Amino acid sequence: MPDTLVALYVFVLSCFIGYWVIWGVTPALHTPLVALTNAISGIVIVGALLVTGLEGAGSSAEIMGFFAVLLASINVFGGFLVTNRMLAMFKKDKKK
Amino acid sequence: MELSSNTQAIAYLVSAVLFIFALKGLTHPASARKGNYYGMAGMALAIAATLMGAEVQSYGFIIAGVAAGAVIGTILAMRVEMTAMPQLVAALHSFVGLAAVLVAIGTYLNKAAAGQLNPVLMGELSAGIIIGAITFTGSVIAFGKLQGLISGAPVKFSGQHLLNALIGLLTLGLGVHFAMTGNMASLALMTLLAFVIGVTLIIPIGGADMPVIISMLNSYSGWAAAATGFTLGNNLLIIVGAIVGFSGAILSYIMCRAMNRSIINVVFGGFGSDAGAGESAGAQAAEKGVKSAAVEDAVYWMEDANKVIIIPGYGMAVAQAQHALKEMMELLEAREVEVKFAIHPVAGRMPGHMNVLLAEADIPYDNVLEMDEINSEFATADVALVVGANDVVNPAAKSDPSSPIYGMPILEAGKARQVYFLKRSMRPGYSGVNNLLFYQENTSLVFGDAKDTIEGMVTALKGGGH
Repeated sequence: MPDTLVALYVFVLSCFIGYWVIWGVTPALHTPLVALTNAISGIVIVGALLVTGLEGAGSSAEIMGFFAVLLASINVFGGFLVTNRMLAMFKKDKKK
Repeated sequence: MELSSNTQAIAYLVSAVLFIFALKGLTHPASARKGNYYGMAGMALAIAATLMGAEVQSYGFIIAGVAAGAVIGTILAMRVEMTAMPQLVAALHSFVGLAAVLVAIGTYLNKAAAGQLNPVLMGELSAGIIIGAITFTGSVIAFGKLQGLISGAPVKFSGQHLLNALIGLLTLGLGVHFAMTGNMASLALMTLLAFVIGVTLIIPIGGADMPVIISMLNSYSGWAAAATGFTLGNNLLIIVGAIVGFSGAILSYIMCRAMNRSIINVVFGGFGSDAGAGESAGAQAAEKGVKSAAVEDAVYWMEDANKVIIIPGYGMAVAQAQHALKEMMELLEAREVEVKFAIHPVAGRMPGHMNVLLAEADIPYDNVLEMDEINSEFATADVALVVGANDVVNPAAKSDPSSPIYGMPILEAGKARQVYFLKRSMRPGYSGVNNLLFYQENTSLVFGDAKDTIEGMVTALKGGGH
């Protein structure tokens, strides 16, 4: 099976995982959900690292890669930290 | 140490599983923080495995980029006000989109230099660039609307949809042409047009539909990551991108359902404007046969109540009234009054916005209930207090088939014995629809800034003694 088809298999099956996992998220946490998915979509940093770090990459590719790494890192750090900050605020009623 | 590509692939798999656990954690507030740590671990593992792989050989730009990104990201995350979360999220979505575009172009340059271009790869690159570019400019426009840099009113002109369709087709055509021929001019023009589509797609959507826009762009940012995964042949990016893409799509669906509108209607409909600020609220109210009440009246009813249900909306966020509400809640609870909060799915500017603001004010999440959980309780509530919400309690949605919001599920505040509406003016909600609840026998309006009004109630409750 060619690689592109394997990728398609992975993609379609992942869509199903996404469907079931996300329906389980409680509506109260929908804002943290958006922030967390923001953070994990920072996974494009992997692509950015591969472009930037390639041996003998041309300087224009390196510059593109640098900015991609920068933007994706903002997502990763900003996303996870702000999610953490929000989740820390959700507290149970102590009186109950 | 250099990881073999097989070890790297295993590490990516573990990372993908950690991300799934991270999202699974959000099933309940009690497990959510642990979930977030799983997410961080997954990301750290993915980055480490990539850096240690054979493909990454030079580190200068990488270290500089990650360091700068870490500083900026941390500052943003620590400083952002909870009311400004929608803006932060829009900004972060735009970054993912732009990063995806840059990765695709960088990949093209690298592959071209190595002589490894082929039509399938170039087709995937086109997809990555188009989705990334739309995500980028769309999110920039959303950010501008949320931040008030550009008007939240929908921008519409005749022939708009036809124009969008033409630009869309042209962009796709250029993408196909690029994939077949590798023509640089096609690539450049395609990228440019994709940036334009992001703008033209978002400007006709009104400010009231922000929760849908945010969810939609969330979805796009996922698809952009997935497309990048296809170009790089990286399964981790494909898995994560698909899950995030679905997350945003499901949220869009939930938001649309809560407004009884289809996604098509939101994307092309564009209702809601900023027009119609009220002049003399009290006078207008009297003219329309609406009762207005003083703060003391509302307090009189609330302090002897058994149950008070508070319905927050975007107005609460604007007035920053959540902390005052928490104080009022405690004073009422000290008098044995049961206080609950009722949240409509589209209250606020993004999904779950109200829950975060109430959590910020230290209001326990078990007192905050979703629409389906609380609607049966209004009939037994003595007071429903509406703080900066409007359309989500409008009975016209149930009773008036000619109303634009007919069919939208609402919070049934009108069933409480007394309804108090905190309002700045008589201006209608974002839908521009008059609220029938105002004219109901048991409803009174309390005019003023929500925060000032609640603080007035707090003072009256402290004064005590009727």
